[in-house]
Amino acid sequence: MLNKNQIAQRIAKEVKNGQYINLGIGIPTLVANYIPDNLDVVLQSENGLLGIGPFPTEDLIDPDLINAGKQTITMLKGSSLFNSAESFAMIRGGHVQLTILGAMEVSENGDIANWKIPGKMVKGMGGAMDLVASAENIIVAMQHCSKDGQSKLLKKCALPITGLRCVKKVVTDLAVLEILPEGGFKLLERAPGVSVEEIQSKTEGRLVIEGEVPEMTFD
Amino acid sequence: MINKTVANAEEAVKDIPSGAVLMLGGFGLSGIPENSIDALLQRDIKGLTCISNNAGVDDFGIGLMLKKRMVKKMISSYVGENAEFERQLLSGELEVELIPQGTLAERVRAGGAGIPAFFTPAGVGTEVAEGKELREFDGKLYLMERWLKADFAIVKAWKGDTAGNLIFKGTARNFNPMMAAAGRITIAEVEELVPAGDLDPNQIHTPGIYVQRIFQGIDYEKRIEQRTVTGERS
Repeated sequence: MLNKNQIAQRIAKEVKNGQYINLGIGIPTLVANYIPDNLDVVLQSENGLLGIGPFPTEDLIDPDLINAGKQTITMLKGSSLFNSAESFAMIRGGHVQLTILGAMEVSENGDIANWKIPGKMVKGMGGAMDLVASAENIIVAMQHCSKDGQSKLLKKCALPITGLRCVKKVVTDLAVLEILPEGGFKLLERAPGVSVEEIQSKTEGRLVIEGEVPEMTFD
Repeated sequence: MINKTVANAEEAVKDIPSGAVLMLGGFGLSGIPENSIDALLQRDIKGLTCISNNAGVDDFGIGLMLKKRMVKKMISSYVGENAEFERQLLSGELEVELIPQGTLAERVRAGGAGIPAFFTPAGVGTEVAEGKELREFDGKLYLMERWLKADFAIVKAWKGDTAGNLIFKGTARNFNPMMAAAGRITIAEVEELVPAGDLDPNQIHTPGIYVQRIFQGIDYEKRIEQRTVTGERS
């Protein structure tokens, strides 16, 4: 089973040279720590920055420089700053190629739910609906099951939808799964020590298994 | 140049009536009009509609206006940092319209730019699309969203001049420029107010035409929500 950092580490392998990337709050933010140094990529923060750098040292903290998770950050050389309308123009316009975000549920046809639990939790969708409606590649980082043991990989999302047919890949603590164009979670990799049977038993949606499913490897 | 200067925050917000529709700039607590919010808190007004990406935190920013029950309705994209907000929302005391962040930004931009409506893919197939016109363009579905305007837009900039020209700093820019354009009366508070002519026209983010009142702000707290640091002190 993977911890949050390992999920982030595994997702970082999906990053390709030259991409502009938006990382959501939570596990997705951790992905930045594992992007190989030999890749030139640019991280976008939807509150108006291209070129997110590492967290600042104590003496470089600037309240006017935060990421979408409201964390203090720094800018890399070559960064640019812009307003929120411009930021979402580059998102909707398809200029941000990869979006990595968290989810409460993902369905076998790529629907995602991550913004609301009716009657319980109403935080809002933030930029998630704009991001999932537009990015060509969307990867979800989440736990395979909820805290009370229910599968989060479903036939159909039960919670209010954030976007339809948009998720391409899901990386959980148990597995890497691809959403097939015709529907279904194709099992690509298992977390170390996790069996296909366990993944099957914890996946409510249609799981597609072809041949031997390799264990994930970490460099 | 037309001089837009007013004495202070109290002067700038003194005629905002109960029931007004306000836009307030900022993302989280970054780039929020701290002085104007303080001045609003001193006034006995209620029934406000506040258009702002977030709703502050319990004890800072718009959160304080919520606590004082000045706000009838919030139009926001993300309100997760505010327990009082969530309580008022779930109990039905506060009316809330949650809209995708990019849609919010574009609706405000459209309001300032005289574009009554536009089509966006954000929210297709979700609750957000309910009651809205859907249309297919080149094989993909989009939904129609309308402009947003405000009686008063209240923004915060880093530097400004007496003609109302504004320059923002870092990610504190966020929603402020679009809101400045979408307010019937726009109030700008700035960390540094200079005479017209002192700012480089090449560097202006918001031209003074959008700003009706500007004042030199004081005592900025600039509270940080998530103080994250790395490594050793350099």
